[in-house]
Amino acid sequence: MNDKPLAVEVTDMTVAYREKPVLWDIDLEVPTGILLAIVGPNGAGKSTLIKSILGLVKPAAGQVLIYGRPYEDQRSLVGYVPQRGSVDWDFPTSVLDVVMMGRYGALGWVRRPGKKEKSVALEALEKVGMTDFVGRQISQLSGGQQQRVFLARALVQDASVYFMDEPFQGVDARTERAIIGLLQELRSAGKTVIVVHHDLQTVPEYFDWVMLLNVRRIASGPVAEVFNEANLRLAYGGRVAFKSHGPEGDISVIETGGRG
Amino acid sequence: MDLGAVFHNLIFDYTLRTVALGSAVLGLVSGSLGTFAVLRRQSLLGDSVSHTALPGIALAFLLTGSKAPLVMIIGAAVAGWGGTLLVISIVRQSRIKMDSALGMILSVFFGFGLVLLTFIQKRPDARQAGLEKFLFGQATALMERDVIVMAILGALVLIIVGLFWKEFKLLSFDREFGSSMGLSMHRAEILLTTILVIAIVIGLQTVGVVLMSAMVVAPAAAARQWTDRLGLMVVLAAIFGAVAGVGGAVISSLTERLPTGPTIVLCISGIVIISMLFAGNRGLFWNRLRRRRSRKKLALEAVLLDMYELARQHGDREHGHPLTTLQAMSFRPGSVSHTLQVLEEKGWVLVNSAGEWSLSADGYKAAEKQAAAMEAKR
Amino acid sequence: MSSAQIEIQLIAVVVAAACALPGVFLVLRRTAMMSDAISHAILFGIVIAFFVTEDLTSPFLVVAATLTGVLTVSLVELLNRSRLVKEDAAIGLVFPVLFSIGVILVSRYAGDIHLDTDAVLLGELAFAPFDRFELFGYDIGPRSLYLMGGIMLINLAFIIFFFKELKLATFDAGLAAALGFTPWMIHYALMSLVSVTAVGAFNAVGSILVVALMIAPPATAYLITDKLSRMITLSVVIGVISAIAGYWVAHWLDVSIAGSMASLTGIVFLLAFLLAPERGMVAIARRRFRQKWEFAQTMLAIHLFSHEDQPEADRECRFDHMDEHMRWNEDFSEKVVGRAEENDILRREGEYLRLTDHGRDLARTAMIK
Repeated sequence: MNDKPLAVEVTDMTVAYREKPVLWDIDLEVPTGILLAIVGPNGAGKSTLIKSILGLVKPAAGQVLIYGRPYEDQRSLVGYVPQRGSVDWDFPTSVLDVVMMGRYGALGWVRRPGKKEKSVALEALEKVGMTDFVGRQISQLSGGQQQRVFLARALVQDASVYFMDEPFQGVDARTERAIIGLLQELRSAGKTVIVVHHDLQTVPEYFDWVMLLNVRRIASGPVAEVFNEANLRLAYGGRVAFKSHGPEGDISVIETGGRG
Repeated sequence: MDLGAVFHNLIFDYTLRTVALGSAVLGLVSGSLGTFAVLRRQSLLGDSVSHTALPGIALAFLLTGSKAPLVMIIGAAVAGWGGTLLVISIVRQSRIKMDSALGMILSVFFGFGLVLLTFIQKRPDARQAGLEKFLFGQATALMERDVIVMAILGALVLIIVGLFWKEFKLLSFDREFGSSMGLSMHRAEILLTTILVIAIVIGLQTVGVVLMSAMVVAPAAAARQWTDRLGLMVVLAAIFGAVAGVGGAVISSLTERLPTGPTIVLCISGIVIISMLFAGNRGLFWNRLRRRRSRKKLALEAVLLDMYELARQHGDREHGHPLTTLQAMSFRPGSVSHTLQVLEEKGWVLVNSAGEWSLSADGYKAAEKQAAAMEAKR
Repeated sequence: MSSAQIEIQLIAVVVAAACALPGVFLVLRRTAMMSDAISHAILFGIVIAFFVTEDLTSPFLVVAATLTGVLTVSLVELLNRSRLVKEDAAIGLVFPVLFSIGVILVSRYAGDIHLDTDAVLLGELAFAPFDRFELFGYDIGPRSLYLMGGIMLINLAFIIFFFKELKLATFDAGLAAALGFTPWMIHYALMSLVSVTAVGAFNAVGSILVVALMIAPPATAYLITDKLSRMITLSVVIGVISAIAGYWVAHWLDVSIAGSMASLTGIVFLLAFLLAPERGMVAIARRRFRQKWEFAQTMLAIHLFSHEDQPEADRECRFDHMDEHMRWNEDFSEKVVGRAEENDILRREGEYLRLTDHGRDLARTAMIK
């Protein structure tokens, strides 16, 4: 299709927890410069996939290549936005401090962050519209603001490939628009962004590619090709209801409760 | 109590000086390390490590025959570390939860320590009276060589904290993110746990096993009330710990039969209570004050606006209204009469001979401004 | 065995049983560390009561200790609710204060009387038989026995009468509250029992053994059974066994009885940790070992299945590809393939591995969750 290298190539990724499979034999090829959504029901292994790619969870099998080389050699090219709920926001630290943490990896052990790191962090905060909050204690932030801080932290990682875990979860509409704007900017700059996404409705609007996941890979590819009724039924086990087709033949979907 | 004499003794009296120094080191080190333990929700780890250290101390003596402070400390640290490892593996490999694992390991290890102690007691060369002081702490038995060891180890611990500051911060705040960047959070955790164990163990001689957990938790808990910045929190915790240490040492030296360890704990607990009540943002006292002030302010505004409303309805500012009318309009009728008095003092309302209230010219203007401001907010 | 020895063991048995009963719920409700906190904090209550009654054997001590236990719990709750500190820190802040006040009071005002902090922490079971209980002028046995016996019966009665409520409040607090059983009352009631038990036992065995007996036997039982009633019975049995064994070890080595019993509870736990039928390390390792082969074969089948009719089948279904992609070393791959062949999952055709129909079925069933 294109001669550009694959940004991310996952092969045979299998993760088991106490002998029960959480991810089975996942293959995924992600071309450069796209926004990819990973969707699937609760418990489908979406977060686990990201974590196992990043080496946070030990897989039973599988390999990850970033731009053709093993992940361990390419960490500096990868940025990560974890789920908002994964930290204690009561921790005594400021917005600026959190964002500067994104440079710790580049600094390595013992070296202290300096002026350069600070200015990079301030730039990133400006990009996400949080300049007024630089010295703010993080417990005073709203959900959307917290998300922006996490994004800024990923931005300072200055990566080529970004992994984000449910960045749109629980944010207000304004923040959501800001985030998607930022992601599109990243894409224009040639970056690749892989997002675990919880909202089926917005997939066609926001993303170029989509991967449907439910312990196994159901399908992955351009949204137009892959995001259809058949695949969604496969992924959600029939628990999806469909509204009528939109003007361009798009499908609007509503996930009906229950677990996958 | 002659303060001058106290200071003189602090410098020239061997015992007081040694105890005070030792307690200061203890407070400094356990306060700073305790910050990380508290932030990582491992407050009770201090309790656990203190108790599990006991068999280590006894074994160290049994194996080496020496009661040198460094030997004791190494024994205690190894046992404390071992206990912690056991707790973690129990939690990881079975359905036993953290609190049960902690409680079990600490009591079992401690019991084993007792067995060893009583075993040692029977030996002919039993000068083990020195070992028992670890149980309850016997600050007054501190010797200079003990304090020197404590100080060196303490300094080492603090240097490590300074060196690996950002790694520890990352470990405590967002461990996964740290891992994803390639910084081994696993190694950082091992390092942090090790220096925490050392910090706890060097304090055991002074305050004893039971009270050591307080010296880990309390300074940090107090410091948290005063600041939202990690660096300042660690420094404050260290200072609080040191102050409590020296304070406890001095007070117990001035009073008969007042054991040092518990006195230090009471000092730091006092600091905690004061911090919780009075510290800046979070202090309960200020909170209550602030809430009362804003309630008063709201009450004032409410009555003022009610009177403004009445004045507009009647088309006459000077028309007086009885108290009962105003009370009927208010959400908190009980406070109306008091509020009216405050308003009168301000010169914003007037009362006539019939006990009826009306707005003054100034009051009317104030009410107007208030009403306009409220409209703007909408 | 002398009568003193028999009495000591009797007391130990009763203490173990009395502790195991509330201990089960401490472990299940994740409030185990409260036993540590309370057993230290009650020194405060004991000392106050002692000052009032000047009598170490007064029942008032039990009352005071219970109140102190409740006080401890209330203070912890208060701190929690203020949200100024986290839950674990709250516990670590409260009990040292109470304990310190207790120690100071003892040192200052009771120094020459036999109220010794050592005793509170460590107890000394060996002396228990010397403290007799006299009824109508007849010596009917050691005081501790009757005291602990009474406490054990109280604990037992509580559990029996409130079994349903305890069960519900422990496993489904939300439902319990909705049904009108206030879980916090259960919490306070339990903590009161813990306090009573701790003070009853402190003279004989000290607070540390109380903690060990309250947590370790129930934790051991938790590894063995799923049923609440069985867990309770098992805890008592395990506690009793540990206590008696502990006594004999102490007797043989001439060391602290309480320490020995505490150590034994740990050893028994360790044994269960390793050898328990389903949850022991040995059982788990064996299961993992067995499953590893099954798991590997299933993984292999699924891998072949999903790549079978794909263009890259040529590459993916080769034997030497396996170690690359499955992260298996060559040895392991050989063995897995060998077993898979035995189990009729696949056939080797030169370099290639082809699924059999049975293998395909296996893959399909495994992929349906």
